[in-house]
Amino acid sequence: MIRCEKITKIYQTGDTGLVVLKEVSFEIKKGEFVAIIGPSGSGKSTLMHILGALDRPTSGNYFLNDRNMLELSDDELAEIRSQKIGFVFQSFNLLSRTTVLRNVVLPLIYDRNTPKNERQLKAEASLQSSGLEKDRWHHLSNQLSGGQMQRVAIARALVNSPDLILADEPTGNLDSKTGDVVLETFKRLNREKGHTIVLITHEKYVAEHADRIIEIKDGMISADRKRFSLLKDK
Amino acid sequence: MLFSDLTQEIYFSLSSNKSRSFLTILGIVIGIGSVIAMVSIGQGAAKNIETNIQSLGTNLLVVTPGSQKSGVGTMVRGGMGSATTLKNDDAEAITAQIVSIDAVAPTVSSRKQVKTTKGTNSNISIYGVNAAYQTVKNVEIESGNFITEEQSKKNAKVAVLGSGARDDLFGEGSDPVGEKIRIENLEFNIIGVAKSKGGTGFGSADDLIYIPIITAQRYLTGSSSLSNINIQVSQENLMDSVQEQIKTLLLVRHGITDADSADFTIVNQADILSAMSSVSDTLTLLLAAIAGISLLVGGIGIMNMMLTTVTERTREIGLRKSLGAKNGDINIQFLAESVALTFIGGIIGILLGWLVSWLITKIGGTATNVTSSSVALAFGVSAAIGIVFGYYPARRASKLNPIEALRYE
Ligand SMILES: Nc1ncnc2c1ncn2[C@@H]1O[C@H](COP(=O)(O)OP(=O)(O)OP(=O)(O)O)[C@@H](O)[C@H]1O
Ligand SMILES: [Mg+2]
Repeated sequence: MIRCEKITKIYQTGDTGLVVLKEVSFEIKKGEFVAIIGPSGSGKSTLMHILGALDRPTSGNYFLNDRNMLELSDDELAEIRSQKIGFVFQSFNLLSRTTVLRNVVLPLIYDRNTPKNERQLKAEASLQSSGLEKDRWHHLSNQLSGGQMQRVAIARALVNSPDLILADEPTGNLDSKTGDVVLETFKRLNREKGHTIVLITHEKYVAEHADRIIEIKDGMISADRKRFSLLKDK
Repeated sequence: MLFSDLTQEIYFSLSSNKSRSFLTILGIVIGIGSVIAMVSIGQGAAKNIETNIQSLGTNLLVVTPGSQKSGVGTMVRGGMGSATTLKNDDAEAITAQIVSIDAVAPTVSSRKQVKTTKGTNSNISIYGVNAAYQTVKNVEIESGNFITEEQSKKNAKVAVLGSGARDDLFGEGSDPVGEKIRIENLEFNIIGVAKSKGGTGFGSADDLIYIPIITAQRYLTGSSSLSNINIQVSQENLMDSVQEQIKTLLLVRHGITDADSADFTIVNQADILSAMSSVSDTLTLLLAAIAGISLLVGGIGIMNMMLTTVTERTREIGLRKSLGAKNGDINIQFLAESVALTFIGGIIGILLGWLVSWLITKIGGTATNVTSSSVALAFGVSAAIGIVFGYYPARRASKLNPIEALRYE
């Protein structure tokens, strides 16, 4: 499903260029559940933005479903983001002064394939599975706690049941119990519906929920292995 | 994105940012409202002056008693001069000796207490006039007749009411022809009512009563002095030469050798016209300048509102794009939002401008005139500013990739 070939990202700050990703190459197959771990500043979010078609690499090629994403127009990329990708931002990026439900419905208004009358139901189902208490659904997004915002962001990413779910630290602000609920949701989507899931985390414990763990260090892949318990099973 | 989604998004966007929406609309309302109100005052004044000028009559020269120095002002105030240097003989001499004149209408005027038989009581200007006055000053008759040659020669006790005086004494729209009034305890028969000359403000030409000039001099003023002599010249291009001839004639008659110390003033209608229109031009210019400034201030307000929200809006655009919005979706939403704001503000502004000019007329008594061109100008400028500054940053932001837009500062 995902194929990265020598992806390099350089941020130009003043005269000097900051190389954040150095010729990163890897593949992720349809239906995989992958965790990316690495120290802060190693380039995880940057990579994730490229995978989500939100940003373009400085060089290299990125294929999603065998289409070269660098050759697509803005509108074609928007169409792919709308149809295929659910993105959970590390900093949530909710629409402020807007209700939780409205935030979750938002991706659907840009999706021609969801009839208007189904939006509300889909949004509610998605919020349900993200574990956000029902009495918060009509609150404004800027009146929520960090963990609650995180769950809204997750619900918004899942609302269109996209083939590819990209989650940047989705459990970073959650206690272990709520975190587990979210992770179980991801797992279920992966097992039962075959969604491909890539999640970024700092915690080994969270990474252990995935089937495959990619480690990034200084903009390069330093390890790429099956889950420890899977290895043990063999 | 469906049309219903678009309207809904605009509604949510405007209502969830109430103070931003409110301030933007306020800028537009003030810009448009003040322009419309200002221009309406200017236009109203210009129109008012125009009707006043038309009510003067055509090809008119006015001789007033008193020195040259008081000039046009004397005429504008109605010429009820304190000086008594003009006499009936002067008017007769002009009629007899000057050629190229159509008519001469000497007048005396003074304010007197007027009573009706029903007991209504009012202080009204009484004009002693001859029959020629009607043509010289364009007096139109609404009912009855104007004073005739014969009546003005004898001292007939007849009166023609101006429409304002009629309204005062007998009530609006009534026809008092045939009734009687008392001026200074003399009884007069009402023989006619003059049509309204329109025009408000200085020296309304409707609040007066005409009576024969001899009657006025004998019973009311008690002298042969005149308040002024109105002379209608037969052709416009003879105005200046006739004016000179009259001046020479009167100087000789009054035994004055030095033209600068003349004890009378001759005002040419063209002088009055140019004096009045220069006043109205200055006024219009001044108001237009004020209106221009308020439009500018309103415009800067709108611009400022739109630009200060760019950062926030750019992030929002990044977010919407990351969720699958196409550039077209973004552009149409932000364009429609600006259009909605400017239209709401525009309509309120037009209504407000209208209301203000209506109040100015109602309370201040100044005529105003809301013209469609001022509405179009005010609306056009504000709409252009609102739409350009609402739409342009959005268009720019929609060209960024989502991550750049989300990080925008
Ligand atoms: N727009 C930018 N301009 C310049 N440098 C940037 C920009 N975005 C990120 N960086 C730099 O790129 C590096 C990698 O950032 P990135 O957000 O990918 O890290 P990360 O691995 O997600 O870290 P964390 O675990 O803290 O979220 C950082 O050093 C950061 O300073
Ligand atoms: Mg990160």
